[in-house]
Amino acid sequence: MRQPQIATIARFTLLEALRTRLAWLFVIVLALILVTAYFIQQLAITESTRLHIGFSAAAARLATVFVLSLHILTSMVREFNDKGLELTLSFDLRRSHYILGRLCGYTLIAAVFALLATLPQLLLAPPQAALQWGLSLALELAIVTALSLFCIVTFTQLMPAASFVLGFYLLARALTAIRLISDTPLVGGDALSHQVISRLVDALALLLPALDRFAQSVWLADSTGTWQMVGANAAQALLYVVLLGAAAMFDFYRRNL
Amino acid sequence: MASGERSLTDVSRGVWFSLIAALILQIAWQSAQPRPVASAAALGAPPPVAVLRVASLGEPVVLAQLTTLYLQAFDNQPGISIPFRDLDYRRVTQWLATILELDAAGQYPLLMAAQVYSQVPDPARERLMLEFVHEQFLQDPNRRWRWLAHSAIMAHHRLRDTALALRFADDIARLAPAAPGWARQMRIFILEGIGELDSAKILLGGLLESGEIKDERELRFLAERLESMKNAEKSSRSSKK
Repeated sequence: MRQPQIATIARFTLLEALRTRLAWLFVIVLALILVTAYFIQQLAITESTRLHIGFSAAAARLATVFVLSLHILTSMVREFNDKGLELTLSFDLRRSHYILGRLCGYTLIAAVFALLATLPQLLLAPPQAALQWGLSLALELAIVTALSLFCIVTFTQLMPAASFVLGFYLLARALTAIRLISDTPLVGGDALSHQVISRLVDALALLLPALDRFAQSVWLADSTGTWQMVGANAAQALLYVVLLGAAAMFDFYRRNL
Repeated sequence: MASGERSLTDVSRGVWFSLIAALILQIAWQSAQPRPVASAAALGAPPPVAVLRVASLGEPVVLAQLTTLYLQAFDNQPGISIPFRDLDYRRVTQWLATILELDAAGQYPLLMAAQVYSQVPDPARERLMLEFVHEQFLQDPNRRWRWLAHSAIMAHHRLRDTALALRFADDIARLAPAAPGWARQMRIFILEGIGELDSAKILLGGLLESGEIKDERELRFLAERLESMKNAEKSSRSSKK
């Protein structure tokens, strides 16, 4: 009966988030974003609602990623430092199940974050667009969750793990734009250096998820999102969470505790 | 950290399998995705300059440069005239003006306007771009005269609008005292009816002599443009025969 162990670890992960008042912190951050978005709306001469939605959605998305990732990293570092990990693993528990339990717990927190971030958008944008955006945000957060867990298991230190998560996230968001730019030089397109860089960017695009296709604020502002896009996001998220989860387990199995 | 790691055989088979299978599937999934293509319709309005200034985190020039590259991705595609024709030129000028507001010393947006976007085979769009260059020239004539000089040649030879070309040439003479003598006397070679290729050669030669062009890549770009003009002239001559 391994599943109850995974569920217990997931439950304790949720309890930890509750006791550290993570939800309140996130609600305050969201409230600040909404107030700022309202302020910006008041400054606009035209398209004020569009501006309001665009700013609040983009800022909420970034803030959610930042708060969630930081919570996962600090929670795991605390676990390492307090020797809670050694205590947990001294029970009859597989390392892979520990990672799975943590992953499930953090993913549930991510889902709550996505729900909280979507609620204000339901008031501002059409309900279907808000739902699509919220689901896509939850899927993006699932990837960020697995990424953060992988990084902290691999690096064990906050600084390198946080730097890697940040770098990875920014690159995954910008990669499509980088590919477009590298595909279209006005001059010197045949140069060897350009060819090498272009191939490198293409190779990176194979390994990284295209996060720019997730939770776009234009879906809310112009209702351009489709369920097909959300479905593609779901397939990519599932694939990448499995990949990062397996990578985290791989590193965790190799660690000497 | 090698001593702190256990052997690879300690990793369970399930984890090995999941890792390798997920990696292969990820690569296959991404390979199956269509290559990103910039479509003309996707070029939205630029954000307000104030918002971009905030987003630049105190580095507006860098943001302006990156924005220029982003904008460039929307036009320079295979079958160059088709995407140009599809582009909303008013929107393009908004982007170029925004970039110039972020980086007033930058010449790149003006090069794009005068040398790239003005090549569109549509007189209305071409005129719009030339007027944009003129408008921007008026804000900083001593630094931006060379783009207006090129626009004067374009107006004369492509639009066949001598009055517009002379207006541009006169403005250079009147408002840009820092421009070299030959540039301030452009009116003469417009009135003498020198051909487009020769005019472009004079302009490029003059720019090189006056040290206006320092960047090797820009020089190569302008030389390539001159070469394509020569080829176009050759092919039009042979088709007339």
